[in-house]
Amino acid sequence: MTRWVGRSLLRFEDPPLLTGEGRFVADLADRAAFLRFVRSPVAHGRITSIEAPRGVTLFTGEDLAGVRPVRPLLHREDYRPVDQPVLARDTVRFVGEPVAVAVAATPEEAEDLAEQVFVDIDPMDHVVAATEAVRQGAPAVHDHVPGNVVVDARLATPGVDEAFGIAEEVIEFELRSRRESAMPLEARGSVASFDARSGRITLTSSVQSPHVVRTVIADLLRMPESDLRVVAPDVGGGFGQKFCLAVEDVVAVWVARRLRTTVAWIEDRRENLVSSFHSRDHRYRVRGAFGEGGRLLAVDADLLCNIGAYSCYPVTCGVEPLMAMVEFPGPYDFRVYRVRSRGVATNTCPMSPYRGVSRPVITLAMERLMDLGAARFGIEAAEIRRRNLISSFPYSSATGLVYDEGSYVESLERAADAIGLTAFRERQAAALRDGRYLGVGFSVFSERTGYGTAAFAARSMDVTPGYETVDLSMDPSGYVEARLGASPHGQGLGTSLAQLIGDELGVDPATVRIVHGDTDRTPYGWGTFASRSLVIAGGAAKLAAGMLRSKIAAIAANELEAAPEDIVLEGGVARVSGTDAGVPIPDLARLAYHSSHRLESGMTPGLAAAATYDPAGTFSNACHAAQVEVDPETGGVAVDRFVVVEDAGILINPMIVDGQLHGGVTQGIAGALYEEIVYDGEGNILTTSLMDYLPPTAAEVPEIEIHHLVTVSDASLTGAKGLGEGGTIGAPAAIINAISDALRPLGVEVNETPATPARLRRLISQKEQERIPA
Amino acid sequence: MKPARFDYLQARSVDEAVAALGRYGYDAKILAGGQSLVPAMNFRLARPAVLVDINHVAELDHITDGGTAVRIGSLVRHVAFEKPVVDGPLGRLLTLAAHHVGHLPIRVRGTFGGSLAHADPAAEWCVIALLADAEMVARTAGGARSIPARQFFQTVFTTELEPDELLVETRLGKLSATTKVGFQQFSRRAGDFALAMVAVALEIRDAQVVEARIAMGGVSDRPVRADEAEECLRGRPPGRSVFSEAADLAARGFDAVGDIHGSAEYRRDLVRALTRRALEQATAS
Repeated sequence: MTRWVGRSLLRFEDPPLLTGEGRFVADLADRAAFLRFVRSPVAHGRITSIEAPRGVTLFTGEDLAGVRPVRPLLHREDYRPVDQPVLARDTVRFVGEPVAVAVAATPEEAEDLAEQVFVDIDPMDHVVAATEAVRQGAPAVHDHVPGNVVVDARLATPGVDEAFGIAEEVIEFELRSRRESAMPLEARGSVASFDARSGRITLTSSVQSPHVVRTVIADLLRMPESDLRVVAPDVGGGFGQKFCLAVEDVVAVWVARRLRTTVAWIEDRRENLVSSFHSRDHRYRVRGAFGEGGRLLAVDADLLCNIGAYSCYPVTCGVEPLMAMVEFPGPYDFRVYRVRSRGVATNTCPMSPYRGVSRPVITLAMERLMDLGAARFGIEAAEIRRRNLISSFPYSSATGLVYDEGSYVESLERAADAIGLTAFRERQAAALRDGRYLGVGFSVFSERTGYGTAAFAARSMDVTPGYETVDLSMDPSGYVEARLGASPHGQGLGTSLAQLIGDELGVDPATVRIVHGDTDRTPYGWGTFASRSLVIAGGAAKLAAGMLRSKIAAIAANELEAAPEDIVLEGGVARVSGTDAGVPIPDLARLAYHSSHRLESGMTPGLAAAATYDPAGTFSNACHAAQVEVDPETGGVAVDRFVVVEDAGILINPMIVDGQLHGGVTQGIAGALYEEIVYDGEGNILTTSLMDYLPPTAAEVPEIEIHHLVTVSDASLTGAKGLGEGGTIGAPAAIINAISDALRPLGVEVNETPATPARLRRLISQKEQERIPA
Repeated sequence: MKPARFDYLQARSVDEAVAALGRYGYDAKILAGGQSLVPAMNFRLARPAVLVDINHVAELDHITDGGTAVRIGSLVRHVAFEKPVVDGPLGRLLTLAAHHVGHLPIRVRGTFGGSLAHADPAAEWCVIALLADAEMVARTAGGARSIPARQFFQTVFTTELEPDELLVETRLGKLSATTKVGFQQFSRRAGDFALAMVAVALEIRDAQVVEARIAMGGVSDRPVRADEAEECLRGRPPGRSVFSEAADLAARGFDAVGDIHGSAEYRRDLVRALTRRALEQATAS
């Protein structure tokens, strides 16, 4: 029997994208008037006046006074809700905050008009760094949140001080992960079109979650949700940045309704870098208590996350600090844990989740702790991990998470083998004698994927995502259509789901069309984020396909005078098992619609099924290993090898899986070495173009060697675990550990990202100056 | 990121181009390869009222071996230098540098003269011009003058050129046949503007350095020569310790400028390392 699952089918999505036939928002702005946002040039201040030249169509926060502010909610005592007006009124809180919007016939004219608008702002004291924002007397970003702490979560097991008391070694360090942008290739943008006949608005927007966007915009504008249709056309990447609500989209819908026309907002790269969501920007203080032989006894951590000026909808700014708090232990077995995790408001661009969401940083922290511990105990980096990794399942963590089956130790062994650790140590020593600094770094981590409703409810989110629904039908011609609330935007989910459905229904995946990204055509769902879609929408697709298969089998059994359980669907034919008797599935489909009198009595005509899946969640795991050479004179880092040993359960389409890992690792390398949003002391962004914000190019990314392990767990209906974020989660720690391993002979340990050449050079020269001259 | 309104003139000859410059002065900008100007216009950092396009001025697209100097027309594209345009060490040095100029699409469109007139202190051609004691030939409607490289580059994006002058040609002094060359640069990513670059030319006879030239870019407000380092090398046998000494002098011999990618101090560290490496590269060849 032909199985489609497990085959590297070329992606059905690719031919149009590769031949210029893709349709992105900017391709769909024909006949639109263009919006240009006037943005605050000041980090914090009171708007005293807004002046526009005569004849300019300009709307300000006063015009939009009837629009509700965005108020993302967590139902937690330790969370302080903050409001974000869609256009600033009275107060601006970050450079780039939209203050007004100009409308013109072309993008050029709109930009001309917007720059003639004069916004007079009385500057107020501002604060850029989270470490400054929590100091006594720091300026308050929001008047009702003195001290700027929007989330202040704590968690502690018993026995922390005792564990540190009996520890053989205590490792303490500070860690810093600087601010990044998810930097999708396509910046954000939307076209809002008013239909005079129906009174409806169609918002075509580059988003990851059309249904959620529809709900919130209807809420904010106090309009019936059915008057709004949200369409996500081809979307050029999101990585989390397009999961959270863009206030600009709300304004676009408002203007389109007000002017009864079509308006477009096409964000440019500078706007995207300055005023789209940012991410990371964490500062940690970590203490680890180690017992005999490097066994980790306890961790005590203080986590500070800069959340920017506002909380993002729907996940809120709690997403980083709360996930960091609960998932910090990662794949390591220790039972004693104390943590304080704060989300701190500052006068900077708001944050949204970005691929990995806090886990690139907590993984870096745990993996640095392991390497610093190994160095203290004088044991191999791989060995200390062997002694501390979880190895029996299900494993219940110190924070109450339950890990399903994984291959943590095996992934480490496989990565160490692939690197050739013993031989590498010899080469490393020989190179050092020639004044060359080579290093290897490991990063073992768990990737919690397929978060269901219960996982998000545990965070007390007002808007609690989790389930997905798939509506499946076979039309009279025998072709299949699956309609999803998930909203893939480059992941190849359509191909993967077609393979799953193809196997269930015994049809060629090429006959399965996946419909997504249109609220008029798909069931309510949460979109694509958090490595969830294959697990959750995949599970729902499998359930729905199973229901459809049963009905097709029942119709076939009736026609063939056999028992339904003896019918197998394969190769497009419903056959009586072990015989030649069979009917082409399209004939059965035709029958189900056009000859329903032949169906057994009581059966409804047609072929349709819908199913919803809402799993508890499942953990993928992986080990990354990086081999680097550091040039101590320039601080330059060459990544010579990068190995990924990944266990994401059953692979639906191995080529797509590898592609996810390539992209993920590349964004991880970006965070480790290159990408950084830089603010000056006044709250201005200095990295406003791709000359200064530096995504790695093909030249900077090494070949990525991928090995797969397959642990099948029943936590996922399809046996597949998510892995969309793993590459980004693991790579920074592997790289930073490798750099530290290389520079350990110089006494340098690196606890920050990105490890830029200038930063590494500074760490090295500090040690050079400490050394007594010969 | 759309440019402000501008008018566009297409020049068919140098005379037409300089006539337009004479007419519009500061309001005009020459459009050659557009690899720096057009992004600057899109960011609205540059707002010329008139663009004078010289891409169709055939007389500016030439490389002529003029005996002691190579004459390079302003419209020659970067990519032309990926193979030696002249025999000998100067051609080799140009080739070494050419591969560091942006990425291939930039090298195909961007021009030699445009890069010099733009005067980015991290541009390879500015450093090579300074090393080769180039003479820049500037034309106006009224005539022409020649400007030595040391005088041409004034500060960031600022040259000796007057608003009515067009850089038509650059004359690079040839290096003697016994000269060894080296070129080293360090950038964040392949194709980025360098955080530092060093070009060297060493003439070695009878195991002695008889002439040394070192030019540095990306580290100050203009390309700079390492005069003291050059002096220290002259008359001495090449070797590791004298190279280190020269590298230390080079690292101290300029007003360093820092930015978000590295402090002034870091720029000095880079110059020290790159100078030594460029000298070793030259003598190894």
